[in-house]
Amino acid sequence: MNRTIVRLTAQGMLGGRRLWLLGALALLLVVIAVATRLLASVSEADAAGLLRAIAFSTFLPLFGLIVGTGAIAPEIDDGSIVHLLAKPVSRHTIVQSKLLVAVGTVVALAVVPTMLAAVVLGAGPRTVLAFGAGALAAGAVYSVLFLLLTIVTRHAVIIGLVYALIWESLVGSFVPGARNLSVQQWALSVTESLAPSGLLTADVGLGLAYALIIGGFVAATWFAGSRLNALTLSTED
Amino acid sequence: MATLTIDTCSRWFGNVVAVNDVTMSIGPGITGLLGPNGAGKSTLINMLAGFLPPSAGSVTLDGAETWKNPEAYRVLGIVTEREATYDFLTGRQLVVASAELHGLADPGAAAQRALETVAMQEAQDRKIGEYSKGMRQRVKMASALVHDPTVLLLDEPFNGMDPRQRLHLIELLRRMGAEGRTVLFSSHILEEVEQLAHQIEVVVAGRYAASGDYREIRRLMTDRPHQYTITSSDDRALASALVADASTAGVSLEDGVLRVQAREFLRFAELLPRVARDADVRLFEVSPADESLESVFSYLVEN
Repeated sequence: MNRTIVRLTAQGMLGGRRLWLLGALALLLVVIAVATRLLASVSEADAAGLLRAIAFSTFLPLFGLIVGTGAIAPEIDDGSIVHLLAKPVSRHTIVQSKLLVAVGTVVALAVVPTMLAAVVLGAGPRTVLAFGAGALAAGAVYSVLFLLLTIVTRHAVIIGLVYALIWESLVGSFVPGARNLSVQQWALSVTESLAPSGLLTADVGLGLAYALIIGGFVAATWFAGSRLNALTLSTED
Repeated sequence: MATLTIDTCSRWFGNVVAVNDVTMSIGPGITGLLGPNGAGKSTLINMLAGFLPPSAGSVTLDGAETWKNPEAYRVLGIVTEREATYDFLTGRQLVVASAELHGLADPGAAAQRALETVAMQEAQDRKIGEYSKGMRQRVKMASALVHDPTVLLLDEPFNGMDPRQRLHLIELLRRMGAEGRTVLFSSHILEEVEQLAHQIEVVVAGRYAASGDYREIRRLMTDRPHQYTITSSDDRALASALVADASTAGVSLEDGVLRVQAREFLRFAELLPRVARDADVRLFEVSPADESLESVFSYLVEN
């Protein structure tokens, strides 16, 4: 970890319009919760279903995509990454520092709003905590996956959207086996294990989910560092 | 004291060959990398800077590969041609961040020194986004110099500079060269390189073409067949007088235009006025037909 890189990344990522976009998304989540609460009577099971559909299926993948790519994509695109790469700093340190900013942003603007939405919907403390833990797991894994994708390919946003929308939502709903490779399902498994029993069902076993979340996070972080080490910067002659 | 070595190095992008079997060694002092646009200068500098692996051969700094070797940046300072920087920072913040990333003991003082070197103290607290092109170039230079590098690589550093900035940079690079640092800069303008570099490496179309000090390069460029178009009071008489001399390789007279192929520049320069006077022909215009840099370079490659 490097404090200078953390500072530069935070300034670059949260200094401009991206912060407003992320803030608006977070606000939207809470507003939906408030409106639902005002307009209908919501049971704890209803609340869980709603959070699953809105926060886990839509909000978190999108948030992870914006934050994960935003931590490094602009610098790679315009070539200013050269300021970091032309320094005697380990590429793994660069990735870890950027990831810290991404995950920090996820906690502040995705995990906390998800928990807030759960509170607004009248969920009990255990359920709120369970959704918080699930959101953190999903947000962190999405962040690192999309960060890695940005380093590996210039089409990270498109591939990320295809993964989030088509694989997780569509394929996952028809092909049960695909759910094993769905970040959303891993996170739901975490939430299920912490929430009062019977509130949610998850398709991935808890042990497997934890293994995939932690293993995936660590492996993707390491791989992103080694890909950054092999990133070529070439200019037109 | 540091030496950059490029050994039988090639680099291709798909099926485009950008650098073709180049071998050169760059030691302390100022070296100019001269070549027309598209010659592979930037690719060479990117490989030296460790931003790009060679497709074949090796690029080393004092024996260590620069590719995938972040430790090399402790002695390397790099100024790329790309303009993008962190526009949201002030000039000073950028240079301080560079000093911090280099792990310097006193980043503030190092940044101050570097900003003074490039004469950017006044504008240091303005956002880089508001800088002119020349100011950006200077603040990037300060950022590259902040750790006092022994090797400095600059890709087309004079592009877009006004004469005053150019003079200032020439002075700065001269000082660094005199201190025994290894300075390599690329340019497509012979005069720039000639003015500054004690050693010139010429590349054309991805290949090594020539090297030497500016006198040698000049001589290579002047001792070569030259073509001239001439207008005179009597083209035909002049043509017949010229063709009689051994230093003339060929004469053509087509559509009323007299073209002369001279074997040697200096001898022909002396010959032409004498022949014209003896034949009682008045010269109206003598212009070199192939003085473009590309033709000079391609001549160097062919030999």
